[in-house]
Amino acid sequence: MIPFDLAIIWAGIIGFGIIMYVLMDGFDLGLGILYPFAPDEESRDVMMNSVAPVWDGNETWLVLGGAGLLGAFPLVYSVFLPALYIGVFLMLAGLIFRGISFEFRFKSKKNRHWWNRAFCWGSAVATFAQGAVVGAYIQGFAVEDFVYVGGPLDWLTPFTVLTGLGMMAGYSLLGATWLILKSEGHVQQWAYRITPKLLLAVLGVFAIVSLWTPLVSLDVRERWLSQLHLIWVFPILAMVCSAILYRSVKRQQEGQPFFMALGLFIFTYLGLIASKWPVIVPPDYTIWDASSAPESQLFLLIGVLFVIPIVLAYTIWTYWVFRGKVKVGEGYH
Amino acid sequence: MDLDPLLLSRLQFAFVVSFHAIFPVFTIGLASYIAVLHGLFYKTENPAWDRLALFWTKVFAVVFGMGVVSGIVMSFQFGTNWSNFSYATANFLGPVLSYEVVTAFFLEAAFLGVLLFGRNKVPEGVHLFAAIMVAIGTFISSFWILSANSWMQTPAGFDVIDGRFHIVSWMDAIFNPSFWYRFTHMALASFLTGGFVVAGVSAWFLLRKRDVEANKKALSMCLWLLLILAPAQAVVGDFHGLNTLEHQPTKVAAMEGNWETSTHVPLLLFAIPDQENQRNLFEIGIPNLASIVLTHSAEGEVPGINAVPEDEQPPVAIVFWSFRIMVGLGFLMIGVALAGLFLRRKGRVYDSPLFHKVLVGMIVSPFVAVLAGWIVTEAGRAPWLVYGVMSHAEGLTPSLTGGMALFTLIGYIGVYSVVFLVGLYYLTRVVRDGMLEAPADIEGEVERAKRPLSAAHTPFDDDKDNHIEGANA
Repeated sequence: MIPFDLAIIWAGIIGFGIIMYVLMDGFDLGLGILYPFAPDEESRDVMMNSVAPVWDGNETWLVLGGAGLLGAFPLVYSVFLPALYIGVFLMLAGLIFRGISFEFRFKSKKNRHWWNRAFCWGSAVATFAQGAVVGAYIQGFAVEDFVYVGGPLDWLTPFTVLTGLGMMAGYSLLGATWLILKSEGHVQQWAYRITPKLLLAVLGVFAIVSLWTPLVSLDVRERWLSQLHLIWVFPILAMVCSAILYRSVKRQQEGQPFFMALGLFIFTYLGLIASKWPVIVPPDYTIWDASSAPESQLFLLIGVLFVIPIVLAYTIWTYWVFRGKVKVGEGYH
Repeated sequence: MDLDPLLLSRLQFAFVVSFHAIFPVFTIGLASYIAVLHGLFYKTENPAWDRLALFWTKVFAVVFGMGVVSGIVMSFQFGTNWSNFSYATANFLGPVLSYEVVTAFFLEAAFLGVLLFGRNKVPEGVHLFAAIMVAIGTFISSFWILSANSWMQTPAGFDVIDGRFHIVSWMDAIFNPSFWYRFTHMALASFLTGGFVVAGVSAWFLLRKRDVEANKKALSMCLWLLLILAPAQAVVGDFHGLNTLEHQPTKVAAMEGNWETSTHVPLLLFAIPDQENQRNLFEIGIPNLASIVLTHSAEGEVPGINAVPEDEQPPVAIVFWSFRIMVGLGFLMIGVALAGLFLRRKGRVYDSPLFHKVLVGMIVSPFVAVLAGWIVTEAGRAPWLVYGVMSHAEGLTPSLTGGMALFTLIGYIGVYSVVFLVGLYYLTRVVRDGMLEAPADIEGEVERAKRPLSAAHTPFDDDKDNHIEGANA
């Protein structure tokens, strides 16, 4: 009846939504993590101003992804959320506190330090939880007969703590390079200084995770060592991005570091997908096992194909309107 | 530790959804009101309408922002605590709830920004169009949510294959038997909520003699609206009740506190339901009236709670009393609306401090009534999650422990308390600022941000410097 494979189309849509979310919310969460280390309150104003107009649009992708998963791949929704129960709560609590601190920090002088704290801790906790989710995904879940049967803290292992910290470093890197792009003067100089350190931290975690993953997941080891040599193109491209990123920071180029950091994330993400494809609920269930009924996937597809171009256009327009440098003492209050 | 994850999950869901519902029920009504104000300004060019529209748009922005924040949690609740339910019903609820999200984003992307920040940048007609689209958008959002809920109350259009629901008719499923009743009932509830809040705040301003001309207009409009809608809601509610009688007789039995199926059933004004012994401890009622209301005849048979086994009965006392709170407040609303008409006839509607104080007090009444109504319909469905097909216990996440559920219940209460207190505190400051025009240069700076809450410029704390600096900057 339906001449194309809806599960693959949906995997593409969800995959696109996830990377959009990671890239876009990544840099504003990263700025939150870097917040306490900023040289002064002025820089903090610049940091927040540089993301204030766009951050909630960025989180659009998270909600769209969550709802889309329930509609298209309910098994993912009904396994990941119970398995990551505590982590999901921490992430949501973090995002909520962070969201309201965006609004009230500028409206408040006397209580500003409280909103600073909420912004920083909210960002840090939410980022750690997201990194731990990635780790838990690599580890796989205890699922029997389409139902999660593991314990409440299965997701919290040394491996996922590492991926959580890695995500914090990664988002901070995105945040720092974003700041290079959007700021000038002493704020930008500070961002230039911290970027190589963050890059080093990211690559360190990257190396450990790469060595550790084959031990955590047999399937992944199989894939990287025996089949598909093409898969090595992703880590190699990620390395190339890192090298260019490092060089461009040393040469104090403004635009390149951010886009190279995006590239680093994209190729790592593609490498991760290539390690698991077509498994979506590791270790056993593929995208076809996890799918909802074809008529449901089709029904939802119509609406989503209609709205994604609009959200994209709106996103591009917003970034266009707010292009250019954020100067000290200006911007949104 | 003997904690029941089922009970705790139900409490958590009830808490989160009640907390969330407060915001949309208000914004849906308010969005339409703002669209009407824009329409009036467009037609008459009377600046009072413009001032009112501007002020209520600021309030709308803050409440809308809080609704979005509290709503994010909702979309994850189904998976974390009710994973079996999510998995089984995903073929229907997945697309329907996603369509709600899609609608909301479309609305936000396309029109909300224009409404909140486009006042001096787009032609008046375009601005009016954006206001109307935002109002329509809030209804489309509630359309999907209420379709999902109604389907759980009166499921239709599906087959169950291997424990999962498969939709055989989208029309039957989306427009299931209780959908239009619930949708109309909630739409009126939203208008009543918006109406009572606007009337109460206008009365508050009139008591303080602030912006008298504009607030008189607002109050007058609201009182006419309430005079029509409060009685209309009673009629719609009655039809909704008859629909429930047809599809969920046990819920109606619990609402009436009627244990035995019988004729000549009295309408109970007061009773203490005793579920253990399947009877009421104490009753005061009006003879025959429940039979007459529900069947239009004293001879009419009213279903009894004990027609179903005890483990399929809802918690009667909760349903019984929530229903009385809702209906009682409904009658109070009608009374206040009639008092408004009476005072208007006497020419005293704008200068009766007592009436204005009553209106200020009535601000909370629609919220309490809406929550009570939802408690009736949700608790009254118990023990069913999908009525007659899947129980709460069957829908629960199997791996969930009592400790986990308690942890997040306390966590969400903590998080939401902070959000709510901060939001409410800020909202009172916005209202207290009233219709002061923000200095033009401040507005110029604010326009950089295109998010709901940024449309309000009121400072968060008492900081005189902040005000002065802002004004002179």
